[in-house]
Amino acid sequence: MNIAISVSNLSKRYSIDHAGSSGYHTLKDEISSGLKRLIGLNTRPKKAASEEFWAVDHIDFEVKQGERLGIIGRNGAGKSTLLKILSKVVEPTTGKIEILGRLSSLLEVGTGFHPELTGRENVYLNGAILGMSRSEIGKKFDEIVDFSGVERFIDMPVKHYSSGMYMRLAFAVAANLDPDILLIDEVLAVGDLAFQQKCLGKIESITNTGRTVLFVSHSLSSITSLCTSAILLDAGKIVASGDVSDVIMKYYGEGKETSTASFDFTQNRRYIGSEYAFLLAGAVRNQLGTVSTEVDISEPIVVEMEFEIRRPHHGPFIANFHFKTADGSVAFISHDPNQIVVGPGRYKVRCNIPGNLLNEGTYFVGLALTTYSMGITVHFYEQGIISFNVRDPIVDVKSRGSWAGSIPGSVRPNLNWETEKLS
Amino acid sequence: MSQSMNVGTASDKRSIIEAGRANAEYYQDIWRFRELFYILVWRDVVVRYKQTVFGLGWTIFRPLLTALVFSLVFGRMVKVPSGGMPYAPYIYTALIPWLFLAATISDISVSLNAYAGLISKVYFPRLLAPLVATTITSIDMLISVLVLIPMLWMFHVGFSWHLLLIIPLSFLVGGLGLGLGLCFSAMNVKYRDTGLVLPYVLQFGLYLSPIIFPSSLVPEKWRLLYSLNPAVGVIEGFRWATFPNQDIHVSSIMASVLSAIVYLFLGVRYFRRMERSLADVI
Repeated sequence: MNIAISVSNLSKRYSIDHAGSSGYHTLKDEISSGLKRLIGLNTRPKKAASEEFWAVDHIDFEVKQGERLGIIGRNGAGKSTLLKILSKVVEPTTGKIEILGRLSSLLEVGTGFHPELTGRENVYLNGAILGMSRSEIGKKFDEIVDFSGVERFIDMPVKHYSSGMYMRLAFAVAANLDPDILLIDEVLAVGDLAFQQKCLGKIESITNTGRTVLFVSHSLSSITSLCTSAILLDAGKIVASGDVSDVIMKYYGEGKETSTASFDFTQNRRYIGSEYAFLLAGAVRNQLGTVSTEVDISEPIVVEMEFEIRRPHHGPFIANFHFKTADGSVAFISHDPNQIVVGPGRYKVRCNIPGNLLNEGTYFVGLALTTYSMGITVHFYEQGIISFNVRDPIVDVKSRGSWAGSIPGSVRPNLNWETEKLS
Repeated sequence: MSQSMNVGTASDKRSIIEAGRANAEYYQDIWRFRELFYILVWRDVVVRYKQTVFGLGWTIFRPLLTALVFSLVFGRMVKVPSGGMPYAPYIYTALIPWLFLAATISDISVSLNAYAGLISKVYFPRLLAPLVATTITSIDMLISVLVLIPMLWMFHVGFSWHLLLIIPLSFLVGGLGLGLGLCFSAMNVKYRDTGLVLPYVLQFGLYLSPIIFPSSLVPEKWRLLYSLNPAVGVIEGFRWATFPNQDIHVSSIMASVLSAIVYLFLGVRYFRRMERSLADVI
């Protein structure tokens, strides 16, 4: 069987300039230091406030034609960078890739959508951006619109669409691409559950036609069902590869320490985010303000996140926290209602969760930063990156009544009861 | 899209991505991505006219109003000489290339920011962004040239075959604008405050170029130095094409041609060097 993609000694080094630091070049600095040099003042070159790290660290692998390769790894392991190199968006620092056939990527649905244009116009625009010709889009237009389910609004500017409609149309265009090799990155976190299933089905049918697929996802279940093989990345290196279930086992094996009460990316130099913003740190704190994985059920807790805005986007940056239970179901999602995160700088957001709200058990918190103007831009969404355990001391817990066994549910608030004797 | 991008014939297409090797097929890629180019031009035109209330009217009236104000202030009140020509079309012919040049430079210098979302997500030859910007400003210029014709008729200025010289001259302005714009946009990536300085440069340029006055006001001994402003040649050229009895200095036209070539060469070079690291900003 032919090799579709062959990657050898591939790596990517990034250097991070911190916003507001002296690593930031301006014409003004250049001119004033030039003038100082002219009049003989000694100006030492400033120490660059930039750091370097290897997002992809000298890796080799091959993908056969028709193979469906899942790429898994912790947050910031280099999965997305790898896909970006493969789709020619960023240039590698070292190494070589040989690709046989036409390659398309679904790095983000809705790339290039313009709010002022109608759905129909955006289909053509987006198709061209993804590498389809006009005649190709013309042939598939009905199929695309049909798949999206927005027929009635197709001649309306997409700025009037709901975010769900917007995403459905965007995915429909992307899903009807016809490449030999398809790169997919996390697009399934889109739309309602029914639509997600539809997308998954579509991807499955694409992959069953013998196409080569590279699939990056946090959802291990979709990796298992879609992929024939997998590689596991950690800190830019391939630490396991081969059969999907073996690789996933390996991932689980080392996954024990991936979720903690706090993390600080500024310490271990992992940069997760977009060109607009990236995540710095996060923590869960108990009543006393100390970082803790164990909290009492009656105790108020604070989940906090620090991030850096590099440059302004179309609208305010909205932090949102996703609380999930151990079985993966969503307990609740909370958004920062203060729309004040706009300009560059470091920010910290705190979300106060009252005592007696969550049920006992383990909770995983996903930290995300999103802009909701002109379509949705997710700058980062680190699923389940923080976890904590709500402990139930059983005695003196009002919500229990006198029951001592386990109580199901993801919340267990103390509610106001009124009891009266009627007769 | 060309045949090789189509599914049926693509399976045997082999591409190589390699570190440190600027894409060898870059210029073929520009041709291959021409359909994306058309659609981006179409998008910008459609969006422009959907968003502004005046749409096309704004494109027509902006140079007309500027010419009107200038001819009232400088023609009627200050009485700047215009070589016996009616002042309004005299100013307007100079404003056409100047506004085209200024708009091209400033639109190109922000074009990469406007495409930031695309650049970080999909591959296309980045040179498409400034090319789209130049095409859009060319359309505006074409419209203002079309307005010139009834204007000349209104002011009883005769037409001659000279007017056709506007066509090659427009390409010259376009090339000059593209070259300068590329230089500024490459600078803008390195020095973030270039964007703040540029409007002032263009503002001064308006008064340093022979727009509100004839270049004959410049003393002969300073002419060569004055021609270093690449706008001088093209503005004189436009005037001469419209009013053939005006002076034309071949040296300043040559200076414009030469600067267009030099700036295009430098601009494309700097731009290509800079674009490779463009998506690296996380």
